[in-house]
Amino acid sequence: MAKSTDQKILSTLWSAGCGSHGGCGCEIFVKDGKVTRIEGDKNHPWNQGRLCAKGLAITQYIYHKDRVLYPLKRVGERGEGKWQRISWEEAYGTIETRLKDIRAKHGAESVIFCQGTGRDIGGPITFLMYAYGSPNWVQVGLAGHACYTPRLGAMAATLGPSGYCVADCSQFLEERYESKEWTPPKYIIIWAQNFTAGCHDGFYGHWIVDCMKRGTKLISIDPRSTWWTTRSEIHLQNRPGTDGATALGMLNVIINENLYDKKFVEKWCYGFEELRKRVQEYPPEKVEQITGVPAHLLRQAAKLYATSKPSAIQWGEPVDAMPAGSVVSQAITLLWCITGNVDNPGGNVIARNSHGVTTYPFSSAELSELYGVDLVKRLNEKRIGANDYPMIKGFRGWVQPDVLINQMETGKPYPVKGAWIQTSNIIGGQAADPRRHYNAMKKLDFIVCVDLFQTPTTMALADIFLPAVSIAEKESFRTWWQPLGVSVKAIDALGECKSDWEINLEMAKRLATTPIKYNNVRELIDSRLAAGNTNFEKLKAKGGWEFPPKGHPSRPYYRYEKGLLRKDGKPGFETPTGKCELYSKTFEEWGLDPLPYYEEPKESPIATPDLSKKYPFILTTGRRSPVFFHSELRMIPWLRELDPWPVAEINDKAAASLGIENNDWVYVENMHGKIKVKAKVTPTAPANVVTVPHGWWLPETDGKAPNFFSTWDHNVNNLTTMGNQGKSGFGGTNYRSGLCRLVKIQGGKE
Amino acid sequence: MARNGLLIQYEWCTGCHACEVACKQEHNYPAGVCGIKVVEVVNAGQDKVFVDFAPFTTRFCDLCADRTKSGEEPTCVKHCQATCITYGTVAALAKEQEKMPRSSLFAPK
Ligand code: SF4
Ligand code: SF4
Ligand code: SF4
Repeated sequence: MAKSTDQKILSTLWSAGCGSHGGCGCEIFVKDGKVTRIEGDKNHPWNQGRLCAKGLAITQYIYHKDRVLYPLKRVGERGEGKWQRISWEEAYGTIETRLKDIRAKHGAESVIFCQGTGRDIGGPITFLMYAYGSPNWVQVGLAGHACYTPRLGAMAATLGPSGYCVADCSQFLEERYESKEWTPPKYIIIWAQNFTAGCHDGFYGHWIVDCMKRGTKLISIDPRSTWWTTRSEIHLQNRPGTDGATALGMLNVIINENLYDKKFVEKWCYGFEELRKRVQEYPPEKVEQITGVPAHLLRQAAKLYATSKPSAIQWGEPVDAMPAGSVVSQAITLLWCITGNVDNPGGNVIARNSHGVTTYPFSSAELSELYGVDLVKRLNEKRIGANDYPMIKGFRGWVQPDVLINQMETGKPYPVKGAWIQTSNIIGGQAADPRRHYNAMKKLDFIVCVDLFQTPTTMALADIFLPAVSIAEKESFRTWWQPLGVSVKAIDALGECKSDWEINLEMAKRLATTPIKYNNVRELIDSRLAAGNTNFEKLKAKGGWEFPPKGHPSRPYYRYEKGLLRKDGKPGFETPTGKCELYSKTFEEWGLDPLPYYEEPKESPIATPDLSKKYPFILTTGRRSPVFFHSELRMIPWLRELDPWPVAEINDKAAASLGIENNDWVYVENMHGKIKVKAKVTPTAPANVVTVPHGWWLPETDGKAPNFFSTWDHNVNNLTTMGNQGKSGFGGTNYRSGLCRLVKIQGGKE
Repeated sequence: MARNGLLIQYEWCTGCHACEVACKQEHNYPAGVCGIKVVEVVNAGQDKVFVDFAPFTTRFCDLCADRTKSGEEPTCVKHCQATCITYGTVAALAKEQEKMPRSSLFAPK
């Protein structure tokens, strides 16, 4: 292909397209108003020219024949799949009338605003929600709010709201690996994450490979064998769901063997004696009985980590899904605190929004800054789950999803009447017990879905479908965490699609109780970017990104020494004691145990031995695919070819004893449900663990009720349940540690 | 003219499939066809299970002729997330390979 004549536009990827949490700098090539290809931008420090498979397939996403290009209204029953094309004016008008009517009759809080995973949607959806006057921002069905929030909450409760940390792979420095300030971690502990899959939680997985090439060694904590465990000096192969015990055991070793950083602990930490006492309950031998990790290996891992400074820990979503998820996160956070690996080069560096610009308000504090303390506080009183869980109320401005499903079913303390669902496939994706959510949500009076494709959720629930654009067709901005970046519009929107920001600004204008001051999206984006002393055009002219200047609080290192973390400008952390709280005063204030502890999964060989006889395998879901993101991208030919079917990874010996061969169709079933997948027979699976990737539906099959693109047949969340949340309201689901059995389907064929 | 090829240090290959999709995008290959394929290689030892990936070029690899003609690097080289593919003359790559464990040299054309 002759490409030299194509126009090249530099942009930043996150949201619809590659879909993931993003950050890659890209080159979008355009000819005659059409995107011809997307490549990585070599000058962008984040990905340095690379892209993952999902990014390289974006053109197939943009121009897919199934994209919905016009606003639609449902004309048959919900689920019948009968749609009629309507104008934006009709769509906006209908939504305005219906939502105003619900607000007048039932109060704004009876409409929930639903999103999926964390992308650029956090900005537009909260903007619309607060304009309408509802406090109910939610990831519907995300049991125990088990994705990143428990980790963020635990870090905030230990190191303060300005103290979120990530492994330091030089991502906060423009010069990256060449930067003189940086040094590679001696060890990185990979805690329950397969980094091959992309950029989860805004962390580009292959940065770890870059560090390995510069001398970093690995310690892995993972039930499965992976590329990463293969290259780890130590692999702690724990039973799924027991990571809390592993962390407590490591704390025990580091404290009892005097391997902690005494200077850091003395000067900057609070509550060491209490922690010392608590971890006595977790000697490595006891931990071995819980986790299956040999005590000598645990000791060795703890020693290596503590005595090789700097070292870092990078973790994955399974941590959130552990019983008492926020407590497991807390225990792991304390590992980097007591070893002094806090905001140091090559340790766990503090991650703050670049230039102090918020694109995705994670915490109540950020929401208050954006939308006003009074409004957020007043609305909080009605936020679903906030009054049941002080940590939900105090930390994050979200609904507690397990409380929500009860409320949708019972109408208590007030009924839920409407839903605005944007970038979220509830039934085919994040929701535990999706059928329960389907049954509850199909009774709502009015539902709007904003998406690019029909999904099981839009098919089952939407009254109005609003077509959104892909990343190449819109303007957006990004600070998660660095650099500050913009997404540049490379082509006109296909059909009549609009960007999430455009849609939500227009709806906000129609629904707001106090006038919206922005005339257009660009004004809104520029007003947010003003906090970083810049604007959209300036960033675009620079190639789409910029790192914060030297000395800025969003730039490392050792900010707790320099007074860059606290609002009052004093050294220390933004916590009640000003220190890094090993004994968390904030948890105490929220009525929670201030110290970490271990909790057994609710369904496990130990907790429910009788059930385990019937369902002898531990079921763990959510293993990431490098070519998909959650429930997205199954319709993209280049990607589907590489990962064509829903599978279950089954240990080879276990499979042999059940007569299951590679590629046989099997049922994975338990007391909650049953799905059909292909067996991937492999020694990488531990003998008693079955791993099933999530989010599977088949876009090529019938989308109408009752099939809904085969979601009931293949979505492993049909085997998970709501209502297992931890005491904090966070964590404690069975996404990662349930039970199941395998039944071979006759002849292994369908 | 010197023959060109790809040197792949498969020790670093994580199996991310970026090279395959990059190749597909560049050539717009139909389903089932690609210039490079990556397979998982599992060795089950006594105490440890080893997971590696082996990328190999196919008969459809043209070494990104259109790109290299204009001085650009092949798209799989540019996008490989583990930066483990090098393009050059077979002679130069063979020399480089002398110091490179777990690598393969491909001369597809
Ligand atoms: S790593 Fe992949 S999914 Fe993430 S931003 Fe880059 S191209 Fe997109
Ligand atoms: S060099 Fe080009 S044609 Fe050959 S495998 Fe790589 S991307 Fe495909
Ligand atoms: S892009 Fe590189 S790391 Fe990824 S599969 Fe291909 S060769 Fe391996």
